[in-house]
Amino acid sequence: MDIHGAGEGVRQRLLSARWVLAAAVAGIALVAIEAGADYRIAVGASLAVIAVAAFAPRRSLRERRAEREAEANRPAMGSITAEALAAAVSDPLVIFDRQAAVIHVNSVCAVAFPGLSIGTSLPLRFRAPEMQELIAKALTHGQPISIDYSEKVPVERFFRVNVSPVGDGGDLFAMIFRDQSEIRRIDRMRADFIANASHELRTPLASVAGFIETLRGPAKNDPAAREQFLQIMQAQTARMARLIDDLLSLSRLEMKPYLNPAERVDLKPLIEGVIDALNPLAEDSGVRIDANLGADPLVVGGSRDELIQVFENLLENACKYGRSGGLVEISVIHPGQQNGIDVSVRDHGPGIPEEHIPRLTERFYRVDVETSRGQKGTGLGLAIVKHILTRHKARLTVSSRSGEGATFTVHFPPPNS
Amino acid sequence: MQTQHIVRSYDADLKYLASRIAAMGGHAERMVEQAVQALVTSDLGLARKVVEDDAVLDEGQREVDEKAIIVIAKRQPMADDLREIIGAIRISGDLERVGDLGKNIAKRVVAVTETQQPLRLFRGLEALAELALTQLKEVLDTYASRSTDRIQFVRDRDDQIDAMYTSLFRELLTYMMEDPRNITACTHLLFCAKNIERIGDHATNIAETVYYIVTGLQMPPERPKEDKSHKVMLEDMVDD
Ligand SMILES: Nc1ncnc2c1ncn2[C@@H]1O[C@H](COP(=O)(O)OP(=O)(O)OP(=O)(O)O)[C@@H](O)[C@H]1O
Ligand SMILES: [Mg+2]
Repeated sequence: MDIHGAGEGVRQRLLSARWVLAAAVAGIALVAIEAGADYRIAVGASLAVIAVAAFAPRRSLRERRAEREAEANRPAMGSITAEALAAAVSDPLVIFDRQAAVIHVNSVCAVAFPGLSIGTSLPLRFRAPEMQELIAKALTHGQPISIDYSEKVPVERFFRVNVSPVGDGGDLFAMIFRDQSEIRRIDRMRADFIANASHELRTPLASVAGFIETLRGPAKNDPAAREQFLQIMQAQTARMARLIDDLLSLSRLEMKPYLNPAERVDLKPLIEGVIDALNPLAEDSGVRIDANLGADPLVVGGSRDELIQVFENLLENACKYGRSGGLVEISVIHPGQQNGIDVSVRDHGPGIPEEHIPRLTERFYRVDVETSRGQKGTGLGLAIVKHILTRHKARLTVSSRSGEGATFTVHFPPPNS
Repeated sequence: MQTQHIVRSYDADLKYLASRIAAMGGHAERMVEQAVQALVTSDLGLARKVVEDDAVLDEGQREVDEKAIIVIAKRQPMADDLREIIGAIRISGDLERVGDLGKNIAKRVVAVTETQQPLRLFRGLEALAELALTQLKEVLDTYASRSTDRIQFVRDRDDQIDAMYTSLFRELLTYMMEDPRNITACTHLLFCAKNIERIGDHATNIAETVYYIVTGLQMPPERPKEDKSHKVMLEDMVDD
């Protein structure tokens, strides 16, 4: 701070405090006269008061003015649009009017509940009895209310739904969905996992236990039998480990039911990568994988990691169960973007009897339990595939004729549908 | 002024019908869901609740019918509006039947839970129910949005439901032949599966009605199906 500025500051301060100072000096003089004290004491006291007023820190007038201006310039709530506010809410949010017609949905909501657009009648979309009641109550009472709401299809989801009136007029209402699926699923997953795992692990565990018993008893001194048993035991434990991996991966998928479709994935390099990774397996099975993916990029919306799992599972199955055919073909039917993209995996193995086809995507469903076990199969592969595809709004169709191999086709919807 | 008022309350009448249909749909969806859940988890209490809930749908249908008749008599609607009203009557009829089928499943829970059945059978039934429920939901969503874009998928899913039903049928038959003690429970499960399949049929009916309401046309005929000889019929075994 320069000297001139400092002098200016002192003058300002004294000026602004002049009335208080005058009163203080008068007071001191009065007290001094009353008490008959020495005038020097009174002058000293007065000077001290003036010095304090001049130099002790105090908010200057200028400072206060600046503060007031800042306050006026601070963005006020009125400057935010309702849309911007809704967009900042990370849960699905719907604004509706007295007729229960949708006025606005935020972008999270558009992803979570596609098909809700402006003008849609809420009770027509949310038909569950508890939602009907919630909407009716909110409209009549005008008080905030919450309920628990669940949807079963296409994916199971649980929400805590809250409706409250917004604004002064009482003509608009906000409905917010807090997703509880994860919490609920963790609970259920535990029960499910225990039921499934204990059921499926019992058989291989029993067989391992049996072999251990034999190894310690009758086959104690038989090196040939020991080697053979150890091999079987290794295969069984590998299967158990895979089973647990698959169950975990299925649970993870079930835990986050809807997916952000923002990521764009080119299927072409993705599938080529999967083929490279599976080549050792194909060679072991004596199968050649032929890819016919065309020249164009094959862009779909979705999660790269999950789509890798889809094609891994389908190609692996084709190699494992269709090995007798010697050839697995993966090809793309790409009938213009507006029809989406179809990818089919075809093998020339024994095929799948018709009555089993609709059931393949059920957990643990195996056409022939023995063959599948022999292939270290867990029966979860296609269940995982179906889950992933549902999340991508894609579909799986299977066609097969006994003796002529099987074709698994994935239909991806056109982007932005 | 006068005409505007009339038009407005006429609109309100149509809206009322649509909202009653939606509420009925919600009840029907919930009943089917809970009936199958009761079956799979042997939940007798839930089964009883489903049986009682059926009254709501009966009442709903009565209400829609009466309201529709009053509207027709009072307003003498034409074209679009008439289709809307006739459509409401038809859809509420289908939904009421869906409720009956759900109730019928719930009634069988007691008999099925008397003996232990393998989980595998229930998984198939659950998968079938999931297909039928998805079908029903999509159709009712179409009714809400009045858009017929996705209506063709309804047909695809119908085929899937049929195929799944046929497969379940065979599985249950095999299971009955393996051990005669399974026969009672499996027969009930067969009826349950048949009921679910018919719920899918009602959903298809509703899809056709929605198509008619929106476009004024009959839904385009099914594309020719592949060989259907494998289909096993259970029509003469069905009761209510
Ligand atoms: N290409 C195919 N040809 C013949 N049968 C098949 C084919 N793909 C699948 N299957 C049958 O479908 C069943 C289910 O397949 P899925 O991939 O779900 O399980 P898995 O292969 O047994 O186990 P996992 O994939 O978890 O290792 C298999 O057991 C097999 O019987
Ligand atoms: Mg597999």
